[in-house]
Amino acid sequence: MVRTLVALFTGTLFGVGLSVSGMVNPARILGFLDVAGDWDPTLAFVMVGALLVTVPAIPVILRQPRPLLAVKFDLPTRKTLDTRLLGGAALFGVGWGLSGFCPGPAVAAMVPALAGGLPAVFVFTGSMVAGMFLFGRLSGNTARSVPERESAGPPAPSNVRP
Amino acid sequence: MEDFTPINGLVGGLLLGSATALLLWLNGRLAGISGIVGGLLSPKSGDAGWRVAFVAGILLGAFVCTLVAGGGDLVQVETSLPVLVVAGLLVGFGTRLGSGCTSGHGLCGLSRLSRRSVAATLVFFGVAMLTVFLVRHAP
Repeated sequence: MVRTLVALFTGTLFGVGLSVSGMVNPARILGFLDVAGDWDPTLAFVMVGALLVTVPAIPVILRQPRPLLAVKFDLPTRKTLDTRLLGGAALFGVGWGLSGFCPGPAVAAMVPALAGGLPAVFVFTGSMVAGMFLFGRLSGNTARSVPERESAGPPAPSNVRP
Repeated sequence: MEDFTPINGLVGGLLLGSATALLLWLNGRLAGISGIVGGLLSPKSGDAGWRVAFVAGILLGAFVCTLVAGGGDLVQVETSLPVLVVAGLLVGFGTRLGSGCTSGHGLCGLSRLSRRSVAATLVFFGVAMLTVFLVRHAP
């Protein structure tokens, strides 16, 4: 229960952060990605602001034996660079560059879109969820080895073992 | 450059970083949005509640800000609907295949000095910049 409240609270902070920074607006993201055009460096300041907190804090947090409210830290275990990682990042990059939407803003932008009557945002977010669903179906059928806990599809091997 | 808002960007970034650090410190979870949303599509038992709460929080935070800002130009979409569909499918599929997005790889991963996240972040920023260049400036 407490962990659910923590998730609600941190999610709210996240939603406020995305909105205050202007990053819910895909036009602002495209303004950053368009280095050859009328460049808007705001996204770099967002990254710097976030990293100002996480770069010092996360190593300290991960040196604790466990999280304050949970049994263990749930972290990705893979270490190697592979085609899945780089190919996935490249596909994401194309979609991000075409639209200016990445997953967090695509969720948050639904609220102002609902208020302002912008169905285009729902078209994007719906397609994004469909893409995630598609990946889950395909990887569930083909790739039996999905070592990363964050991944969709079959449960991690450690959960199956008796 | 008339859109450049460094202070808002920095403050928003501090909030994003604080949310990420708090979720890891308290719950032991990484605030990767593609992972949190994607995990809802094939939930393991007892694992869906916090994901729903986090997504609800994002919507709540955006709601408060929309109220304060009074709607206005918070979101501007310049892309055509067919391109948005293709882009959405690519973002959804690509972030799951690549195990992360701007938050998971870009914020959490870089802060953990994960080699995979550094590589993924360079690739998606590079490819996105190239894509925008081709769309806007290719002859």
